[in-house]
Amino acid sequence: MLNKAVLLRATDSELWWSLKKHPLALTALLLLVLIVTASFAAPLIAPQNPYDLAVLNLDNAELPPIWQEDGRLPYLLGTDTQGRDLLSAILHGSRISVIIGLASVLLSMAVGLSLGLIAGYFGGLIDNLLMRIGDILLSIPTILIAILVSAVFRELLPAGLRETFSALILVLAISLTAWVQYARTVRASTMVERGKEYVLAAQLIKVRPRRIMLAHILPNTLTPIMVAATLNFGLAILIEATLSFLGVGMPPTEPSLGTLIRIGNQYLFSGLWWIVVFPAAQLCLIVLAVNLIGDWLRDALNPKLR
Amino acid sequence: MLAFLIKRTANAALVMLTVAFMAFLIFRFVGDPVEMMLNEQATQTERIELRERLGLNQGFLMQFAHFVSNAVQGDFGISYRNQQDVMRLIAERFPATFELVIVATVLSLLIGIPLGVLTATHRNSILSDSLQFVSIIGVSLPSFVVGILLILVFSVQLGWLPAFGRGDTVNIGWWSTGLLTPSGRAALILPSISLSLFQITLVMRLVRAEMLEILRTDFIKFARARGLPTRLIHFRHALRNCLMPVITMTGMQIGNLIAFALITETVFQWPGMGLLFIQAVTFVDIPVMAAYLVLVSFIFVVINTLVDITYALVDPRLKNDTGGGAHAQ
Repeated sequence: MLNKAVLLRATDSELWWSLKKHPLALTALLLLVLIVTASFAAPLIAPQNPYDLAVLNLDNAELPPIWQEDGRLPYLLGTDTQGRDLLSAILHGSRISVIIGLASVLLSMAVGLSLGLIAGYFGGLIDNLLMRIGDILLSIPTILIAILVSAVFRELLPAGLRETFSALILVLAISLTAWVQYARTVRASTMVERGKEYVLAAQLIKVRPRRIMLAHILPNTLTPIMVAATLNFGLAILIEATLSFLGVGMPPTEPSLGTLIRIGNQYLFSGLWWIVVFPAAQLCLIVLAVNLIGDWLRDALNPKLR
Repeated sequence: MLAFLIKRTANAALVMLTVAFMAFLIFRFVGDPVEMMLNEQATQTERIELRERLGLNQGFLMQFAHFVSNAVQGDFGISYRNQQDVMRLIAERFPATFELVIVATVLSLLIGIPLGVLTATHRNSILSDSLQFVSIIGVSLPSFVVGILLILVFSVQLGWLPAFGRGDTVNIGWWSTGLLTPSGRAALILPSISLSLFQITLVMRLVRAEMLEILRTDFIKFARARGLPTRLIHFRHALRNCLMPVITMTGMQIGNLIAFALITETVFQWPGMGLLFIQAVTFVDIPVMAAYLVLVSFIFVVINTLVDITYALVDPRLKNDTGGGAHAQ
């Protein structure tokens, strides 16, 4: 419901006020909105459908970007070795990267919040067990777990299904370790909130534990979660790109930014620099924008710095 | 103290047991080990014999116990891909990874510490602000992108430095080193810069935060009042007091760097264990994957445990902690 009152409240909030004072964060936010919108609208605005083999023409292969001598329209950023328009490939690739990033944040947040609430609210054995599992997961390098999970799941699937499920596998591989941070944060705040009077009051009138956790405690633990979610979104995109670059991520038939960089990397020495540089630049822009927003958010939401 | 020691060691052992269990599950259930090890002409008798020899007819727990006792003795079986002893394959590749990680660590300290001091002492100057911004960029650049860009500029465009391999190496006993030949040293430059970039920003941010705190203390004010030269105060008195956390973090990051080196090694085709692992992943060479997982986790866990115990020795307050609390991040 985006009515006038909500809009007014939003533009009057402290967050908005702080955003206006930080031009860097504002620029990053606008940039990110632009990139995400453009990538989601990719099927509509991209000059070419990079998955449609019918429109690819080898005559157009290896064209440099438009500002170089042999560049020609409509290939603004040039083409790859199969005559695929690089800008279209990047737009579609960003869409896959952003979707995988969002999905892993949502999944790991859902798992982390629920487990953290349960562990913090009930304590005892279940708390011990959950936190120990988290400790163990964090005792092994994250990237190693992600690579192994991704590789093992692919191997277990029948060959025909691997490409269909590669995005889902990536989301699982990233979320498997990412939930721990949310769980730890929420658990810590829940243990503080649990002893407060509004919770005791709710318990006294026999509100069910599930409702106390979700409706009463959860909203009070969300501030640090917002910062963590923002930074993890960048991290998830980074891990996805790394896995795809290493060859255990998205397949070349459905390339994410990491896959595009992996493909471009093969032509590094043949002078076709644009095939690798532009997808890499897009990836860096997304992660940089997310990190800048995360940094700003951490300061803006920190009551000690106000 | 003894109780704490036992608790931390037991904790580490539990983690390693879990890792071993993961490795065992992968080994046992991803593909059939017997089919992978024998060629297609193998007879039924050979299959049954190998199955017996690998102990695959025993109960699940017995198999796991078998796996663990073999792993403890450094026996991770034979590589599916080239039929060599897995432990030997990894041992051959270890020096390459180790040298890369050590050089990257030294680089990160040599560059990160002065930059951190500089940004702390020249706060709110243009230099410091731009360095802070550059450090955010440094954190945001994926390490494989850094590697690719370095190759593009210094190998493809300028042709100054080699883009892949280790150059010539010299063998000292079983250890092969690239540090003693000019081509070996040249080959180290780009990969180590690429691996250390993230580390540099970490060290820089940590030194800056510590310095800012120390510069506010009374003994620094006193040193200023005595009229000591500023450079002496900053680098001798202040810096010395913030090196402890930096050294701790650097030590703890070594395990992480070994894991992260696999990305750098892939970009630069650096013949270390990370590249071996990635190749094993591509060819589904399960024994190599399992061994790498166990070994890297082992290094990681040992370093973390040692750091925790050292911390408890130095700072007795931590002994009452519920364990695992002394991590820097």
